[in-house]
Amino acid sequence: MPEGILCNRKPINTEEDLKRLLADKGGKQYYEEMKNMEVDVRALQNTLEKTCKSRTRTWLEICAHCSLCADSCFFYKANNRDVEQTPSYKINTTLGEMVRRNGKVDTEFMIRAMDIAWGKCTCCNRCGNYCPHGIDVGVMMSYLRGVLYSQGFCPWEMKIGAGMHRVYRAQMDVTTEDWVDTCQWMEEEGQEQIPSLEIPIDKEDCDIMYVLNAREPKIYPDDVQAAAMLFHIAGEKWTVPSEGWENTSLAMFAGDWQACADNVKAMYSAIERLRPKMVVETECGHAHRASAVEGPYWAGQEDGKAPVPYLHYVEWLANAIRDGKIKIDPAKKIKEPCTLQDSCNYIRNHGLEKHTRYIMSQIAEDFREMEEHGAHNYCCGGGGGMNGIGRYREERDRGLFMKLQQIRETGATLVISPCHNCWDAIRDTMEVYEVHDIKWSFLKPLILDMCIIPDHLKPQDEDEE
Amino acid sequence: MIELLSGPLFKISLLVFTVGLIFRLVQYVRGLDWRLERVAYSHMGKAGVIGAIWSVLTWILPFGTRGWRTQGFATIAFFFFHLGVVICPLFLAGHMVFMKDALGFSFPSLPVAVGDVFAMLGVLGGVMLLARRITLPQVRFLTDRKDIALLALCLLTLVTGMVARFDLFAYDFMLGLHMLSGELILILAPFTKLSHMALFFASRAQLGIDFAVKRGGASRGPAFPW
Repeated sequence: MPEGILCNRKPINTEEDLKRLLADKGGKQYYEEMKNMEVDVRALQNTLEKTCKSRTRTWLEICAHCSLCADSCFFYKANNRDVEQTPSYKINTTLGEMVRRNGKVDTEFMIRAMDIAWGKCTCCNRCGNYCPHGIDVGVMMSYLRGVLYSQGFCPWEMKIGAGMHRVYRAQMDVTTEDWVDTCQWMEEEGQEQIPSLEIPIDKEDCDIMYVLNAREPKIYPDDVQAAAMLFHIAGEKWTVPSEGWENTSLAMFAGDWQACADNVKAMYSAIERLRPKMVVETECGHAHRASAVEGPYWAGQEDGKAPVPYLHYVEWLANAIRDGKIKIDPAKKIKEPCTLQDSCNYIRNHGLEKHTRYIMSQIAEDFREMEEHGAHNYCCGGGGGMNGIGRYREERDRGLFMKLQQIRETGATLVISPCHNCWDAIRDTMEVYEVHDIKWSFLKPLILDMCIIPDHLKPQDEDEE
Repeated sequence: MIELLSGPLFKISLLVFTVGLIFRLVQYVRGLDWRLERVAYSHMGKAGVIGAIWSVLTWILPFGTRGWRTQGFATIAFFFFHLGVVICPLFLAGHMVFMKDALGFSFPSLPVAVGDVFAMLGVLGGVMLLARRITLPQVRFLTDRKDIALLALCLLTLVTGMVARFDLFAYDFMLGLHMLSGELILILAPFTKLSHMALFFASRAQLGIDFAVKRGGASRGPAFPW
């Protein structure tokens, strides 16, 4: 069978196809079909010829097999130093072998490559910090994912995720109407605490355009409200676009580069339409990577820059505290020992560590660094799409143990995690390893609890009126 | 035989080495693609240059990076070995006499005793690397025959050179073997992972640019904390 009904090389472009794939619970039929899906060798050779250039080929060739990358990989450590978890081995036996054989590989090879590219690597790029030759296996894994995706060898959930972006321009089935309704709902509800609260939609020429993760309107609408309140308290002139509001990219995890580009372009066209001075993004790591780090390139910006500055939430918040727009009540600072989970995507891969450290210095009385932190942090264990893929749940759960150990070593009872994937991974860590004495949180709810709300924004007492 | 090795064969191997590695470097740079790698090479500016230089410098400095600092034994082995194999061919007094003779120019030469120390460090480092390859499971697992062969070839060159230098035994044979293995290294360099002699700098610089230009340089500064 060259291609399956559900498992094939065609990306999901319609709601109907998406629903059909979703109906295949757990991807049972999808993975069955994959076992019989043929590799289109000619197309694969063509892809490799066009996209596997000197940097990647040199990396594959000059790898000294010194294994210094092994200790840098949390999967290697969490799996009792399993030699098959060495980053060099993982990439050389997949992409390396594929290149050496010039694409003449079979289905079994591709499935094994898929199981490594998504099940044994989160593309956290830590190994790139530790290779003397400057070989970044995470970058190559990400490239390999794209190659595998183009051949249809991609985990079920990732195919769905990329399809969501193609169909809804969001990682979940949140339509423009759903999104606008949620904003209005959260605005009304929030007015009970701050009567003048607004969630301005499609307002032109604001200072800030806020973009976020579809999970927020879909599952955590309170987060949308918290963001609105904090902007309001800070006195920001801000807006959200009715379209082009989603900045995450499961398409990036899936390796669907076309969908990545389309998503970024939707956001950039909202910028063009609304002319904000800057974009502020929610507390999500890969979303920042996809829209502000890699995104400009997908959108074809030769200078690698987005049309206006993109500020991850931590950067906006650090600035707001520094400028006195958000005032922290000293009595309400966090007293318990707390630590911070650095998201690989905007810390190692975008250098925002000084902002998070500044925030921690302002909000916590007993902040404790994990031993490996900042640019050298370990992945939470759930990055790169790992959290969402059922096929690799066991692998992920084992990987989570590294982070748990790191957190435990700090003695912290609260982990602050300004990233959706990290937040999920830490939540699951506590569940999987049955830990009941450590809490975790995004920044927004904590800041909202401890910031001083100016009197004029508070509800007026009716008796006094 | 020695005449052949020190004359035409030396020149041919040096030519293959030089032209080959320059070709590899040119091909590397020509193959870079801002869209595929997603690095704005043409807009990298000063930050990119600093990032590239920093990335190379910190990594050629013993214990200059966190990676080197966390790997004591490997780091010592790497640097001993590389000090030997880089310094000895280029600056040993004996080599310089030979080079002047063969090519008409030479580099400043090291005092003989200092050269001997570098050669010994090279051998020691090489043996340590070999020991590491054989004993550590994660390294042994990745090691293939080519890795061993290339390391053995380098060690052979170092050891035969020392045996000849101290005239321990079979001088002519050792010198011949030394020249032959050295020339083999030169010829193999552009076609094997020995190409890292040149491509190391290219690859390190590229990743330095990547981090300086795209992955955080604007906020962190161009010097990534390697």
